[in-house]
Amino acid sequence: MIETLTQYFSFAFVRYAFIVGVLISLCSSLLGVTLVLKRFSFIGDGLSHVAFGAICIASVLNVTQNMYLVLPITIISAILLLRTGKNTKIQGDAAVAMISVASLAIGYLLMNIFSTSSNLSGDVCSTLFGSTSILTLTQGEVWLCAGLSIAVIIAYIIFYNKIFAVTFDENFATAVGTHAQAYNLVIAIIIAVIIVLAMNLVGSLLISALVIFPALSAMRVFKSFRSVTVCSAVVSVVCSVSGLLISILAGTPVGSTIVAADLAAFLIFTIVGVLIK
Amino acid sequence: MSQLICKNLTLGYGTKIIIENLNFEVNKGDYLCIVGENGSGKTTLIKTILHLLKPLAGTITTGDGLLVDEISYLPQQTDVQRDFPASVREIVLSGCQSRCGKRPFYNKEEKQLAVAAMEKLGIRHLAKKCYRELSGGQQQRTLLARALCAAQKMLLLDEPVTGLDPAATEEMYSLIQQLNKDGITIIMISHDTEAALKYASHVLHIGNGANGSNSSKIFFGDVKEYDRNFNTVL
Repeated sequence: MIETLTQYFSFAFVRYAFIVGVLISLCSSLLGVTLVLKRFSFIGDGLSHVAFGAICIASVLNVTQNMYLVLPITIISAILLLRTGKNTKIQGDAAVAMISVASLAIGYLLMNIFSTSSNLSGDVCSTLFGSTSILTLTQGEVWLCAGLSIAVIIAYIIFYNKIFAVTFDENFATAVGTHAQAYNLVIAIIIAVIIVLAMNLVGSLLISALVIFPALSAMRVFKSFRSVTVCSAVVSVVCSVSGLLISILAGTPVGSTIVAADLAAFLIFTIVGVLIK
Repeated sequence: MSQLICKNLTLGYGTKIIIENLNFEVNKGDYLCIVGENGSGKTTLIKTILHLLKPLAGTITTGDGLLVDEISYLPQQTDVQRDFPASVREIVLSGCQSRCGKRPFYNKEEKQLAVAAMEKLGIRHLAKKCYRELSGGQQQRTLLARALCAAQKMLLLDEPVTGLDPAATEEMYSLIQQLNKDGITIIMISHDTEAALKYASHVLHIGNGANGSNSSKIFFGDVKEYDRNFNTVL
């Protein structure tokens, strides 16, 4: 087994996959806590569908670096979705559902009509489930992913206290002079960046799992915001690394193996949480 | 000069007017109790004073050295908070948020302020406890400590005793009374007219107009006047 792994690790693309995998899972888990607590879990799912639609458009337009098109579209949708949370005719969850299925459908439709690829269903499948994309990253994409992940992590640390205040009690934070709206915007942008990054790792259908599972697992056992955040980051990284290893050794698809590992972690934490009570 | 002056205030959402022509003043050290039925606009009024909502007409001015963001707030609990994984210390400390400005982390002074606030409200021993595992009274005291970290001149309380048992209610009222004696101006929303008469110095009564008329019935005055006016009615 060790031999197989050393052999695999002699390939640059496997090393890239691990670096990117660790960074992406680290930053996706950070905001999970906030999303779960603010009842925004579905927004991650909705945005990932938007990102899928954007990728389809990019591939139809033959944009080689699709990140430059996908990222802005997803950020704009994130801002719009968080805005519609209140005071609109279409309620927040309905808006998310609407946007997510619409972009999924339009994306597939565009791919079908305009695609030049010979393996259409293969392309769609790998976008949805991220079957191989993590292993086919070019060096440029690895740098972009690493840069964006580090930016997300730094932004999260700098805004940590504000994010806590806005998550716990938006009204109070606004009343005593914190610009809650501005921080909601920051949160929305960070989420969008995370979603686009995570698409490489697990594909657009499975992103929500990467965002919410570690947070939910940590919340079973830990009791303060900081310990929950740290724990969910650790859980997320451990699950991603073990998912990647298993998928290499057993030849299973990367994305679904990682999510299965996350699910296993959640079950373990739930049991531990019941036992220590 | 008064700390807070509301002049000809009209409140509501869009075209729906809830309160019209509201006038009152709050002086330093006052204990104002706002009473009235559900839906009479008490929470709307509080949110307007805090600049969370805009009044449809009229003005709210602060004076006597009180700045707009020096008004602190004890909101009603939300669903999100009930299962929030956060320690008491983290929540109390988050009240110092506005003191930070652009600085991302809390400094020593702010941490001491949080400890002092917890001490004052008798929850220091709970600092590491998880918020969702506390009793209702302890949760309210945590939020009150957070409010004290934010500002110590004027405090707005929105139904602070909702869901508390009689003993905890009594405790909460005497804590608030103590804060008032320490020089904090209190504005409290309450269902509880009896408590209002017992603790408050002034009363603002917002009633739905009688006989289905649209304009609401408003009374503002000190407690003795209120007693004389309403004892016969209630």
